[in-house]
Amino acid sequence: MRRPSALHLILLPLSVVMVTPLVWMLLVSISTQAESRRFPPGLPSGIEWENYLAAMRDAPLGSWLGNSLVVSVVCVVGNLLLCSLAGYAFARIRFIGSKVAFVLMLATLMVPFQIVMLPLLIMMRSLGLVDTLGALIAPNLATAFGVFLMRQFFTTLPRELEEAARIDGASRLRTLFQVLLPLMRPTLATLAVLTFLQTWNDFLWPLIAVQSPGVMTVQLGLQSFQGAHTTNWPKLMASTVLSQLPVLLVFFFAQRFFVRSVAAAGIK
Amino acid sequence: MTADLQARPRSRPQSAGGRRPVDRRKLADHAAGWGFAAPAVVLIGVFGLVPVVWSFVLSFQHTDLTSPGTFAGGDNYAKLVADPLFWDAAVRTLVYVALFVPITLALALPIAVMLNQQIRGVVFYRLAVSVPLVTSTVATGIMFSWLANPQFGLVNAALDAVGLPKQGFFSDPDQALFAVVAMTVWGWLGFAVIIYLAALQNVPKDLIEASSLDGCGRARSFWHVELPLVAPATGFLLVWLTINGLQLFDAVYVTTKGGPLRATTVLVYHLYNEAFVSFDGGYAAAIGCAVFLVIGVFTLAQLRFNRRTSHYEVR
Repeated sequence: MRRPSALHLILLPLSVVMVTPLVWMLLVSISTQAESRRFPPGLPSGIEWENYLAAMRDAPLGSWLGNSLVVSVVCVVGNLLLCSLAGYAFARIRFIGSKVAFVLMLATLMVPFQIVMLPLLIMMRSLGLVDTLGALIAPNLATAFGVFLMRQFFTTLPRELEEAARIDGASRLRTLFQVLLPLMRPTLATLAVLTFLQTWNDFLWPLIAVQSPGVMTVQLGLQSFQGAHTTNWPKLMASTVLSQLPVLLVFFFAQRFFVRSVAAAGIK
Repeated sequence: MTADLQARPRSRPQSAGGRRPVDRRKLADHAAGWGFAAPAVVLIGVFGLVPVVWSFVLSFQHTDLTSPGTFAGGDNYAKLVADPLFWDAAVRTLVYVALFVPITLALALPIAVMLNQQIRGVVFYRLAVSVPLVTSTVATGIMFSWLANPQFGLVNAALDAVGLPKQGFFSDPDQALFAVVAMTVWGWLGFAVIIYLAALQNVPKDLIEASSLDGCGRARSFWHVELPLVAPATGFLLVWLTINGLQLFDAVYVTTKGGPLRATTVLVYHLYNEAFVSFDGGYAAAIGCAVFLVIGVFTLAQLRFNRRTSHYEVR
Protein backbone atom coordinates (compact mmCIF):
# COMPACT_ATOMS: atom_id res chain seq x y z
CA MET A 1 0.00 0.00 0.00
CA ARG A 2 1.18 3.48 -0.79
CA ARG A 3 1.77 5.87 2.06
CA PRO A 4 -0.42 8.97 1.72
CA SER A 5 1.74 11.76 0.38
CA ALA A 6 2.78 14.63 2.64
CA LEU A 7 1.88 16.93 -0.24
CA HIS A 8 -1.75 16.69 0.83
CA LEU A 9 -0.84 18.86 3.80
CA ILE A 10 -0.10 21.69 1.38
CA LEU A 11 -2.47 20.93 -1.47
CA LEU A 12 -5.60 20.48 0.60
CA PRO A 13 -5.48 23.89 2.35
CA LEU A 14 -4.48 25.47 -0.96
CA SER A 15 -7.49 23.97 -2.73
CA VAL A 16 -9.74 25.18 0.08
CA VAL A 17 -8.40 28.73 -0.36
CA MET A 18 -8.90 28.54 -4.11
CA VAL A 19 -12.50 27.32 -3.99
CA THR A 20 -13.58 29.36 -0.95
CA PRO A 21 -14.74 32.42 -2.94
CA LEU A 22 -16.92 30.23 -5.16
CA VAL A 23 -18.31 28.11 -2.34
CA TRP A 24 -18.97 31.23 -0.30
CA MET A 25 -20.83 32.78 -3.23
CA LEU A 26 -23.04 29.65 -3.39
CA LEU A 27 -23.68 29.75 0.36
CA VAL A 28 -24.56 33.44 0.43
CA SER A 29 -26.83 32.95 -2.58
CA ILE A 30 -29.02 30.58 -0.52
CA SER A 31 -28.91 32.63 2.71
CA THR A 32 -31.58 35.00 3.90
CA GLN A 33 -30.68 38.70 4.05
CA ALA A 34 -30.42 38.53 7.83
CA GLU A 35 -28.10 35.54 7.64
CA SER A 36 -25.81 37.37 5.24
CA ARG A 37 -25.46 40.27 7.67
CA ARG A 38 -23.98 38.58 10.69
CA PHE A 39 -20.57 38.82 12.20
CA PRO A 40 -18.89 36.44 12.31
CA PRO A 41 -20.61 35.01 9.22
CA GLY A 42 -22.08 31.52 9.39
CA LEU A 43 -23.72 28.84 7.32
CA PRO A 44 -27.27 29.33 6.06
CA SER A 45 -29.95 27.41 7.97
CA GLY A 46 -31.90 26.42 4.87
CA ILE A 47 -32.09 27.08 1.16
CA GLU A 48 -33.62 30.45 0.35
CA TRP A 49 -34.76 29.86 -3.25
CA GLU A 50 -36.47 33.23 -3.14
CA ASN A 51 -33.08 34.88 -3.93
CA TYR A 52 -32.95 33.16 -7.30
CA LEU A 53 -36.59 33.89 -8.04
CA ALA A 54 -36.10 37.53 -7.09
CA ALA A 55 -32.97 37.74 -9.23
CA MET A 56 -34.88 36.52 -12.27
CA ARG A 57 -37.94 38.63 -11.47
CA ASP A 58 -36.47 42.01 -10.54
CA ALA A 59 -33.82 42.39 -13.21
CA PRO A 60 -33.83 41.44 -16.90
CA LEU A 61 -31.41 38.64 -16.03
CA GLY A 62 -33.14 36.31 -18.47
CA SER A 63 -32.62 38.62 -21.42
CA TRP A 64 -29.03 39.37 -20.33
CA LEU A 65 -28.31 35.64 -20.33
CA GLY A 66 -30.01 35.38 -23.70
CA ASN A 67 -27.92 38.22 -25.14
CA SER A 68 -24.70 36.65 -23.88
CA LEU A 69 -25.73 33.32 -25.34
CA VAL A 70 -26.49 34.82 -28.76
CA VAL A 71 -23.19 36.73 -28.86
CA SER A 72 -21.13 33.78 -27.66
CA VAL A 73 -22.74 31.19 -29.93
CA VAL A 74 -22.55 33.36 -33.05
CA CYS A 75 -18.88 34.15 -32.31
CA VAL A 76 -18.08 30.47 -31.72
CA VAL A 77 -19.68 29.47 -35.04
CA GLY A 78 -18.00 32.38 -36.85
CA ASN A 79 -14.59 31.49 -35.47
CA LEU A 80 -14.90 27.78 -36.21
CA LEU A 81 -15.88 28.45 -39.81
CA LEU A 82 -13.74 31.47 -40.74
CA CYS A 83 -10.62 30.43 -38.82
CA SER A 84 -10.76 26.93 -40.33
CA LEU A 85 -10.94 28.36 -43.84
CA ALA A 86 -8.18 30.89 -43.28
CA GLY A 87 -6.03 28.49 -41.25
CA TYR A 88 -6.23 25.93 -44.06
CA ALA A 89 -5.30 28.54 -46.66
CA PHE A 90 -2.28 29.74 -44.68
CA ALA A 91 -1.11 26.19 -43.99
CA ARG A 92 -1.65 24.58 -47.36
CA ILE A 93 -2.16 27.00 -50.23
CA ARG A 94 0.67 29.10 -51.61
CA PHE A 95 -0.92 32.35 -52.61
CA ILE A 96 0.27 35.85 -53.29
CA GLY A 97 0.56 38.04 -50.20
CA SER A 98 -0.12 35.17 -47.82
CA LYS A 99 3.06 35.74 -45.81
CA VAL A 100 2.44 39.45 -45.38
CA ALA A 101 -1.22 38.90 -44.47
CA PHE A 102 -0.26 36.24 -41.93
CA VAL A 103 2.43 38.32 -40.25
CA LEU A 104 0.18 41.40 -40.08
CA MET A 105 -2.55 39.27 -38.58
CA LEU A 106 -0.22 37.87 -35.95
CA ALA A 107 0.95 41.39 -35.16
CA THR A 108 -2.58 42.26 -34.04
CA LEU A 109 -2.15 39.71 -31.25
CA MET A 110 0.41 42.02 -29.65
CA VAL A 111 -1.87 45.04 -29.70
CA PRO A 112 -3.57 45.81 -26.39
CA PHE A 113 -7.33 46.14 -26.71
CA GLN A 114 -7.36 49.61 -25.15
CA ILE A 115 -5.69 51.02 -28.23
CA VAL A 116 -8.19 49.38 -30.56
CA MET A 117 -11.35 50.20 -28.66
CA LEU A 118 -11.62 53.95 -29.27
CA PRO A 119 -11.53 53.77 -33.10
CA LEU A 120 -13.61 50.60 -32.91
CA LEU A 121 -16.31 52.56 -31.12
CA ILE A 122 -16.26 55.27 -33.81
CA MET A 123 -16.49 52.54 -36.48
CA MET A 124 -19.43 50.87 -34.79
CA ARG A 125 -21.15 54.22 -34.47
CA SER A 126 -20.79 54.92 -38.20
CA LEU A 127 -21.99 51.40 -39.00
CA GLY A 128 -25.03 52.06 -36.81
CA LEU A 129 -24.14 49.11 -34.62
CA VAL A 130 -23.56 50.92 -31.32
CA ASP A 131 -25.89 49.68 -28.61
CA THR A 132 -26.80 46.54 -30.58
CA LEU A 133 -25.58 42.98 -30.23
CA GLY A 134 -23.94 43.45 -33.64
CA ALA A 135 -21.32 45.70 -32.04
CA LEU A 136 -20.39 42.87 -29.69
CA ILE A 137 -20.35 40.23 -32.42
CA ALA A 138 -18.62 41.89 -35.40
CA PRO A 139 -15.13 42.42 -33.91
CA ASN A 140 -15.07 38.89 -32.44
CA LEU A 141 -16.38 36.95 -35.43
CA ALA A 142 -12.87 35.91 -36.47
CA THR A 143 -9.79 36.14 -34.29
CA ALA A 144 -6.12 36.15 -35.18
CA PHE A 145 -5.53 33.65 -32.43
CA GLY A 146 -8.08 31.27 -33.95
CA VAL A 147 -6.52 31.45 -37.40
CA PHE A 148 -3.08 30.87 -35.89
CA LEU A 149 -4.30 27.89 -33.86
CA MET A 150 -5.99 26.27 -36.84
CA ARG A 151 -3.01 26.87 -39.11
CA GLN A 152 -0.68 25.25 -36.60
CA PHE A 153 -2.79 22.12 -36.49
CA PHE A 154 -3.31 21.92 -40.26
CA THR A 155 0.45 21.90 -40.71
CA THR A 156 0.73 18.83 -38.46
CA LEU A 157 -1.65 16.75 -40.63
CA PRO A 158 0.03 14.59 -43.29
CA ARG A 159 -0.33 16.03 -46.77
CA GLU A 160 -1.12 12.58 -48.23
CA LEU A 161 -4.58 12.74 -46.68
CA GLU A 162 -5.80 15.61 -48.77
CA GLU A 163 -3.78 14.66 -51.83
CA ALA A 164 -5.66 11.36 -51.97
CA ALA A 165 -8.98 13.17 -51.77
CA ARG A 166 -7.92 15.73 -54.37
CA ILE A 167 -6.81 13.03 -56.80
CA ASP A 168 -10.24 11.46 -56.39
CA GLY A 169 -11.61 14.74 -57.72
CA ALA A 170 -12.84 16.39 -54.54
CA SER A 171 -12.62 20.18 -54.46
CA ARG A 172 -10.53 21.96 -51.84
CA LEU A 173 -13.64 23.00 -49.96
CA ARG A 174 -14.96 19.47 -49.89
CA THR A 175 -11.61 18.05 -48.86
CA LEU A 176 -11.48 20.53 -46.02
CA PHE A 177 -14.95 19.84 -44.71
CA GLN A 178 -15.20 16.09 -45.31
CA VAL A 179 -11.64 14.87 -44.82
CA LEU A 180 -9.61 17.30 -42.72
CA LEU A 181 -12.00 18.96 -40.29
CA PRO A 182 -13.45 15.66 -38.98
CA LEU A 183 -9.88 14.78 -37.98
CA MET A 184 -9.51 18.04 -36.11
CA ARG A 185 -12.40 17.73 -33.70
CA PRO A 186 -10.23 18.23 -30.60
CA THR A 187 -8.72 21.40 -32.03
CA LEU A 188 -12.11 22.70 -33.07
CA ALA A 189 -13.42 21.94 -29.58
CA THR A 190 -10.47 23.85 -28.13
CA LEU A 191 -11.20 26.88 -30.27
CA ALA A 192 -14.92 26.68 -29.46
CA VAL A 193 -14.32 26.51 -25.70
CA LEU A 194 -11.84 29.38 -25.70
CA THR A 195 -14.04 31.59 -27.86
CA PHE A 196 -17.08 30.87 -25.75
CA LEU A 197 -15.29 31.70 -22.50
CA GLN A 198 -13.78 34.84 -23.88
CA THR A 199 -16.98 36.29 -25.30
CA TRP A 200 -19.08 35.21 -22.33
CA ASN A 201 -16.75 36.82 -19.80
CA ASP A 202 -15.81 39.88 -21.85
CA PHE A 203 -16.39 43.13 -20.00
CA LEU A 204 -14.59 46.24 -21.26
CA TRP A 205 -15.89 46.19 -24.84
CA PRO A 206 -19.56 45.61 -23.89
CA LEU A 207 -19.13 48.34 -21.25
CA ILE A 208 -18.36 50.98 -23.86
CA ALA A 209 -20.28 49.59 -26.86
CA VAL A 210 -23.65 48.98 -25.21
CA GLN A 211 -25.78 51.08 -22.85
CA SER A 212 -29.41 50.00 -22.93
CA PRO A 213 -30.40 47.38 -20.36
CA GLY A 214 -32.14 45.45 -23.16
CA VAL A 215 -28.91 44.74 -25.06
CA MET A 216 -26.55 44.22 -22.11
CA THR A 217 -24.64 40.99 -21.75
CA VAL A 218 -24.91 39.19 -18.46
CA GLN A 219 -21.53 40.44 -17.20
CA LEU A 220 -22.48 44.02 -17.90
CA GLY A 221 -25.95 43.60 -16.44
CA LEU A 222 -24.52 42.01 -13.34
CA GLN A 223 -22.15 44.91 -12.87
CA SER A 224 -24.97 47.47 -13.20
CA PHE A 225 -26.99 45.34 -10.79
CA GLN A 226 -24.10 45.38 -8.31
CA GLY A 227 -24.05 49.16 -8.41
CA ALA A 228 -27.78 49.44 -7.86
CA HIS A 229 -28.27 46.80 -5.14
CA THR A 230 -25.42 47.04 -2.70
CA THR A 231 -27.68 46.00 0.15
CA ASN A 232 -29.19 42.73 -1.04
CA TRP A 233 -26.13 40.52 -1.25
CA PRO A 234 -27.95 37.15 -1.37
CA LYS A 235 -29.87 38.26 -4.46
CA LEU A 236 -26.69 39.63 -6.05
CA MET A 237 -24.89 36.35 -5.34
CA ALA A 238 -27.77 34.36 -6.84
CA SER A 239 -27.49 36.44 -10.01
CA THR A 240 -23.74 35.90 -10.05
CA VAL A 241 -24.18 32.13 -9.73
CA LEU A 242 -26.64 32.18 -12.64
CA SER A 243 -24.24 34.27 -14.75
CA GLN A 244 -21.40 31.80 -14.21
CA LEU A 245 -23.42 28.61 -14.62
CA PRO A 246 -22.92 28.26 -18.41
CA VAL A 247 -19.14 28.71 -18.30
CA LEU A 248 -18.82 26.42 -15.31
CA LEU A 249 -20.79 23.76 -17.21
CA VAL A 250 -18.56 24.22 -20.25
CA PHE A 251 -15.55 24.00 -17.98
CA PHE A 252 -16.56 20.77 -16.29
CA PHE A 253 -17.67 18.98 -19.44
CA ALA A 254 -14.87 20.22 -21.67
CA GLN A 255 -12.07 20.27 -19.12
CA ARG A 256 -9.84 18.08 -21.24
CA PHE A 257 -10.09 20.49 -24.17
CA PHE A 258 -9.83 23.45 -21.89
CA VAL A 259 -6.53 22.45 -20.31
CA ARG A 260 -5.21 21.50 -23.71
CA SER A 261 -6.27 24.81 -25.19
CA VAL A 262 -4.69 26.89 -22.47
CA ALA A 263 -1.48 24.95 -22.90
CA ALA A 264 -1.71 25.29 -26.67
CA ALA A 265 -2.40 28.99 -26.45
CA GLY A 266 0.62 29.34 -24.24
CA ILE A 267 3.34 27.04 -25.39
CA LYS A 268 2.72 26.70 -29.11
CA MET B 1 -15.13 25.38 -56.94
CA THR B 2 -14.42 26.94 -60.30
CA ALA B 3 -10.84 27.51 -59.27
CA ASP B 4 -10.37 23.76 -59.10
CA LEU B 5 -11.71 23.20 -62.57
CA GLN B 6 -9.09 25.54 -63.93
CA ALA B 7 -6.42 23.89 -61.87
CA ARG B 8 -6.95 20.48 -63.46
CA PRO B 9 -3.94 19.64 -65.61
CA ARG B 10 -4.60 19.68 -69.32
CA SER B 11 -4.23 16.48 -71.31
CA ARG B 12 -2.05 18.39 -73.76
CA PRO B 13 1.57 17.25 -73.66
CA GLN B 14 3.72 19.41 -71.42
CA SER B 15 6.25 20.26 -74.11
CA ALA B 16 3.67 21.76 -76.47
CA GLY B 17 1.83 23.78 -73.82
CA GLY B 18 4.98 25.39 -72.52
CA ARG B 19 4.53 26.82 -69.01
CA ARG B 20 0.86 27.63 -69.29
CA PRO B 21 -0.57 24.83 -67.10
CA VAL B 22 1.78 25.76 -64.31
CA ASP B 23 0.78 29.42 -64.44
CA ARG B 24 -2.91 28.59 -64.47
CA ARG B 25 -2.50 26.37 -61.52
CA LYS B 26 -0.71 29.15 -59.65
CA LEU B 27 -3.41 31.63 -60.54
CA ALA B 28 -6.01 29.21 -59.26
CA ASP B 29 -4.03 28.85 -56.05
CA HIS B 30 -3.98 32.62 -55.53
CA ALA B 31 -7.71 32.79 -56.08
CA ALA B 32 -8.47 29.83 -53.83
CA GLY B 33 -6.08 31.03 -51.13
CA TRP B 34 -7.64 34.45 -50.95
CA GLY B 35 -11.10 33.00 -51.25
CA PHE B 36 -10.48 30.91 -48.15
CA ALA B 37 -8.52 33.48 -46.17
CA ALA B 38 -10.32 36.69 -47.09
CA PRO B 39 -13.29 36.60 -44.70
CA ALA B 40 -11.11 36.20 -41.62
CA VAL B 41 -8.29 38.41 -42.89
CA VAL B 42 -10.65 41.25 -43.81
CA LEU B 43 -12.46 41.09 -40.45
CA ILE B 44 -9.21 41.01 -38.49
CA GLY B 45 -7.71 43.74 -40.66
CA VAL B 46 -10.69 46.05 -40.33
CA PHE B 47 -11.33 45.51 -36.62
CA GLY B 48 -7.81 44.72 -35.44
CA LEU B 49 -5.28 46.50 -37.60
CA VAL B 50 -6.97 49.63 -38.95
CA PRO B 51 -7.88 50.82 -35.42
CA VAL B 52 -4.20 50.78 -34.41
CA VAL B 53 -3.31 53.32 -37.07
CA TRP B 54 -6.50 55.22 -36.38
CA SER B 55 -5.74 55.39 -32.67
CA PHE B 56 -2.37 56.91 -33.48
CA VAL B 57 -4.14 59.52 -35.63
CA LEU B 58 -6.67 60.19 -32.85
CA SER B 59 -3.83 60.91 -30.45
CA PHE B 60 -3.03 64.01 -32.56
CA GLN B 61 -6.60 65.26 -32.48
CA HIS B 62 -8.99 67.03 -30.16
CA THR B 63 -12.02 64.75 -30.22
CA ASP B 64 -14.84 63.58 -27.98
CA LEU B 65 -15.17 60.42 -30.16
CA THR B 66 -18.69 61.48 -31.23
CA SER B 67 -18.20 64.50 -33.47
CA PRO B 68 -15.34 64.84 -36.00
CA GLY B 69 -12.06 65.79 -34.36
CA THR B 70 -9.76 68.73 -35.07
CA PHE B 71 -6.01 68.61 -35.50
CA ALA B 72 -4.23 69.12 -32.21
CA GLY B 73 -0.58 68.70 -33.10
CA GLY B 74 1.37 67.45 -30.11
CA ASP B 75 -1.08 68.90 -27.55
CA ASN B 76 -2.18 65.53 -26.20
CA TYR B 77 1.38 64.33 -25.68
CA ALA B 78 2.35 67.63 -24.06
CA LYS B 79 -0.61 67.23 -21.73
CA LEU B 80 0.46 63.67 -20.98
CA VAL B 81 3.96 64.68 -19.98
CA ALA B 82 2.60 67.44 -17.71
CA ASP B 83 -0.31 65.45 -16.25
CA PRO B 84 0.51 64.45 -12.65
CA LEU B 85 -2.46 62.04 -12.67
CA PHE B 86 -0.91 60.20 -15.62
CA TRP B 87 2.40 59.73 -13.79
CA ASP B 88 0.57 58.72 -10.61
CA ALA B 89 -1.32 56.10 -12.59
CA ALA B 90 1.89 54.94 -14.30
CA VAL B 91 3.68 54.43 -10.98
CA ARG B 92 0.64 52.63 -9.55
CA THR B 93 0.51 50.35 -12.59
CA LEU B 94 4.18 49.48 -12.21
CA VAL B 95 3.74 48.76 -8.49
CA TYR B 96 0.83 46.52 -9.37
CA VAL B 97 2.79 44.63 -12.05
CA ALA B 98 5.85 44.35 -9.80
CA LEU B 99 3.69 42.56 -7.23
CA PHE B 100 1.25 40.64 -9.40
CA VAL B 101 3.73 38.97 -11.76
CA PRO B 102 6.37 37.68 -9.29
CA ILE B 103 3.77 36.53 -6.77
CA THR B 104 1.84 34.60 -9.42
CA LEU B 105 5.01 32.97 -10.77
CA ALA B 106 6.40 32.14 -7.34
CA LEU B 107 3.17 30.42 -6.34
CA ALA B 108 2.51 28.69 -9.65
CA LEU B 109 5.75 26.77 -10.10
CA PRO B 110 5.76 24.88 -6.77
CA ILE B 111 2.06 24.16 -7.16
CA ALA B 112 2.60 22.82 -10.68
CA VAL B 113 5.45 20.63 -9.44
CA MET B 114 3.21 19.21 -6.71
CA LEU B 115 0.35 18.64 -9.13
CA ASN B 116 2.73 16.83 -11.45
CA GLN B 117 3.17 14.03 -8.88
CA GLN B 118 1.20 10.81 -8.96
CA ILE B 119 -0.81 11.28 -5.80
CA ARG B 120 -4.38 10.49 -4.90
CA GLY B 121 -6.87 13.27 -5.55
CA VAL B 122 -4.59 15.15 -7.92
CA VAL B 123 -7.50 15.56 -10.36
CA PHE B 124 -9.50 17.34 -7.68
CA TYR B 125 -6.58 19.61 -6.79
CA ARG B 126 -6.04 20.53 -10.43
CA LEU B 127 -9.70 21.34 -10.77
CA ALA B 128 -9.65 23.51 -7.64
CA VAL B 129 -6.65 25.49 -8.84
CA SER B 130 -7.95 26.07 -12.36
CA VAL B 131 -11.60 26.86 -11.70
CA PRO B 132 -10.97 30.60 -11.07
CA LEU B 133 -9.74 30.76 -14.67
CA VAL B 134 -13.24 30.48 -16.06
CA THR B 135 -14.79 32.78 -13.47
CA SER B 136 -15.47 36.18 -15.01
CA THR B 137 -13.82 39.26 -13.55
CA VAL B 138 -17.23 40.68 -12.71
CA ALA B 139 -18.16 37.59 -10.71
CA THR B 140 -14.72 37.55 -9.11
CA GLY B 141 -15.09 41.21 -8.16
CA ILE B 142 -18.47 40.64 -6.56
CA MET B 143 -17.22 37.60 -4.63
CA PHE B 144 -14.09 39.35 -3.37
CA SER B 145 -15.96 42.52 -2.46
CA TRP B 146 -18.15 40.43 -0.20
CA LEU B 147 -15.32 38.29 1.21
CA ALA B 148 -13.39 41.46 2.03
CA ASN B 149 -16.41 43.40 3.23
CA PRO B 150 -15.28 45.54 6.19
CA GLN B 151 -18.40 44.73 8.24
CA PHE B 152 -19.52 41.19 7.41
CA GLY B 153 -16.69 39.68 5.37
CA LEU B 154 -15.22 36.23 5.86
CA VAL B 155 -11.65 37.54 5.77
CA ASN B 156 -12.31 39.94 8.62
CA ALA B 157 -13.96 37.11 10.54
CA ALA B 158 -10.74 35.13 10.15
CA LEU B 159 -8.68 38.11 11.33
CA ASP B 160 -11.06 38.62 14.23
CA ALA B 161 -10.77 34.95 15.21
CA VAL B 162 -7.01 35.26 15.68
CA GLY B 163 -7.39 38.56 17.53
CA LEU B 164 -6.44 40.98 14.74
CA PRO B 165 -8.40 44.16 14.04
CA LYS B 166 -10.82 44.34 11.09
CA GLN B 167 -9.41 45.80 7.89
CA GLY B 168 -10.99 47.92 5.16
CA PHE B 169 -9.31 46.19 2.17
CA PHE B 170 -10.97 47.60 -0.96
CA SER B 171 -12.32 50.59 0.97
CA ASP B 172 -8.97 51.53 2.53
CA PRO B 173 -6.78 53.74 0.29
CA ASP B 174 -3.64 52.13 1.74
CA GLN B 175 -4.83 48.57 1.07
CA ALA B 176 -7.02 48.72 -2.05
CA LEU B 177 -4.24 48.15 -4.58
CA PHE B 178 -2.99 45.14 -2.61
CA ALA B 179 -6.51 43.74 -2.43
CA VAL B 180 -6.65 44.01 -6.22
CA VAL B 181 -3.29 42.21 -6.44
CA ALA B 182 -4.60 39.38 -4.25
CA MET B 183 -7.79 39.08 -6.28
CA THR B 184 -6.03 38.98 -9.65
CA VAL B 185 -3.41 36.51 -8.40
CA TRP B 186 -6.32 34.25 -7.43
CA GLY B 187 -7.78 34.67 -10.92
CA TRP B 188 -4.54 34.07 -12.86
CA LEU B 189 -2.85 31.40 -10.74
CA GLY B 190 -4.62 28.57 -12.54
CA PHE B 191 -3.43 29.81 -15.90
CA ALA B 192 0.19 29.91 -14.77
CA VAL B 193 -0.12 26.48 -13.15
CA ILE B 194 -1.53 24.94 -16.34
CA ILE B 195 1.30 26.42 -18.43
CA TYR B 196 3.92 25.12 -15.98
CA LEU B 197 2.22 21.71 -15.80
CA ALA B 198 2.30 21.39 -19.57
CA ALA B 199 5.99 22.30 -19.58
CA LEU B 200 6.80 19.88 -16.75
CA GLN B 201 4.96 17.06 -18.48
CA ASN B 202 7.13 17.64 -21.52
CA VAL B 203 10.30 17.06 -19.51
CA PRO B 204 11.49 13.61 -20.63
CA LYS B 205 11.18 11.08 -17.79
CA ASP B 206 14.51 9.45 -18.69
CA LEU B 207 16.32 12.72 -18.00
CA ILE B 208 15.04 12.70 -14.42
CA GLU B 209 15.87 9.00 -14.10
CA ALA B 210 19.34 9.56 -15.48
CA SER B 211 19.98 12.33 -13.00
CA SER B 212 18.77 10.20 -10.09
CA LEU B 213 21.01 7.33 -11.25
CA ASP B 214 23.87 9.80 -11.21
CA GLY B 215 23.11 10.39 -7.54
CA CYS B 216 20.94 13.49 -7.80
CA GLY B 217 18.40 13.92 -5.03
CA ARG B 218 14.83 15.03 -5.81
CA ALA B 219 15.66 18.63 -4.96
CA ARG B 220 18.85 18.72 -6.99
CA SER B 221 17.32 17.12 -10.05
CA PHE B 222 14.50 19.67 -9.86
CA TRP B 223 16.94 22.54 -9.55
CA HIS B 224 19.36 21.39 -12.25
CA VAL B 225 17.18 19.47 -14.68
CA GLU B 226 13.54 20.50 -14.51
CA LEU B 227 13.90 24.19 -13.71
CA PRO B 228 16.16 24.98 -16.70
CA LEU B 229 13.83 22.96 -18.92
CA VAL B 230 10.76 24.97 -17.93
CA ALA B 231 12.60 28.27 -18.50
CA PRO B 232 10.70 28.89 -21.77
CA ALA B 233 7.43 28.58 -19.85
CA THR B 234 8.68 31.06 -17.28
CA GLY B 235 9.69 33.43 -20.06
CA PHE B 236 6.31 33.15 -21.71
CA LEU B 237 4.45 33.69 -18.44
CA LEU B 238 6.60 36.68 -17.56
CA VAL B 239 5.67 38.36 -20.84
CA TRP B 240 2.04 37.29 -20.78
CA LEU B 241 1.33 38.24 -17.17
CA THR B 242 3.14 41.56 -17.54
CA ILE B 243 1.20 42.46 -20.68
CA ASN B 244 -2.05 41.64 -18.92
CA GLY B 245 -0.96 43.41 -15.74
CA LEU B 246 -0.17 46.61 -17.63
CA GLN B 247 -3.69 46.44 -19.08
CA LEU B 248 -5.41 46.04 -15.72
CA PHE B 249 -8.91 47.52 -15.85
CA ASP B 250 -11.83 45.13 -15.31
CA ALA B 251 -10.76 44.06 -11.81
CA VAL B 252 -10.52 47.69 -10.74
CA TYR B 253 -13.77 48.74 -12.35
CA VAL B 254 -15.81 46.05 -10.64
CA THR B 255 -14.32 46.53 -7.16
CA THR B 256 -13.12 50.05 -6.46
CA LYS B 257 -13.86 52.13 -9.60
CA GLY B 258 -10.35 53.53 -9.30
CA GLY B 259 -10.82 54.63 -5.70
CA PRO B 260 -10.74 55.16 -2.84
CA LEU B 261 -8.93 58.47 -3.34
CA ARG B 262 -7.60 57.26 -6.72
CA ALA B 263 -5.67 54.53 -4.90
CA THR B 264 -6.38 52.04 -7.69
CA THR B 265 -6.49 54.36 -10.70
CA VAL B 266 -4.09 52.52 -12.98
CA LEU B 267 -3.15 53.61 -16.51
CA VAL B 268 -5.99 52.00 -18.41
CA TYR B 269 -8.46 53.22 -15.81
CA HIS B 270 -7.13 56.74 -16.32
CA LEU B 271 -7.55 56.22 -20.06
CA TYR B 272 -11.15 55.10 -19.55
CA ASN B 273 -11.88 58.14 -17.38
CA GLU B 274 -10.42 60.53 -19.93
CA ALA B 275 -12.32 58.93 -22.84
CA PHE B 276 -15.71 58.29 -21.26
CA VAL B 277 -15.97 60.60 -18.27
CA SER B 278 -14.04 63.68 -19.45
CA PHE B 279 -14.78 62.94 -23.15
CA ASP B 280 -11.20 63.77 -24.11
CA GLY B 281 -10.81 61.02 -26.72
CA GLY B 282 -7.61 62.41 -28.21
CA TYR B 283 -5.85 62.45 -24.86
CA ALA B 284 -7.15 58.96 -24.09
CA ALA B 285 -5.70 57.76 -27.40
CA ALA B 286 -2.36 59.31 -26.45
CA ILE B 287 -2.41 57.40 -23.15
CA GLY B 288 -3.26 54.26 -25.14
CA CYS B 289 -0.27 54.81 -27.43
CA ALA B 290 1.97 55.26 -24.37
CA VAL B 291 0.71 51.99 -22.87
CA PHE B 292 1.25 50.28 -26.22
CA LEU B 293 4.80 51.61 -26.37
CA VAL B 294 5.61 50.32 -22.89
CA ILE B 295 4.13 46.91 -23.72
CA GLY B 296 5.98 46.74 -27.04
CA VAL B 297 9.36 47.66 -25.54
CA PHE B 298 8.90 45.24 -22.68
CA THR B 299 7.83 42.38 -24.93
CA LEU B 300 10.74 42.80 -27.32
CA ALA B 301 13.26 43.10 -24.49
CA GLN B 302 11.85 40.01 -22.87
CA LEU B 303 11.83 37.98 -26.06
CA ARG B 304 15.48 38.88 -26.69
CA PHE B 305 16.37 38.00 -23.11
CA ASN B 306 14.56 34.66 -23.42
CA ARG B 307 16.41 33.76 -26.57
CA ARG B 308 19.67 34.38 -24.76
CA THR B 309 18.85 32.44 -21.60
CA SER B 310 17.04 29.31 -22.78
CA HIS B 311 19.79 26.89 -23.71
CA TYR B 312 17.50 23.94 -23.91
CA GLU B 313 15.09 22.92 -26.57
CA VAL B 314 11.83 21.65 -25.12
CA ARG B 315 9.66 19.68 -27.47
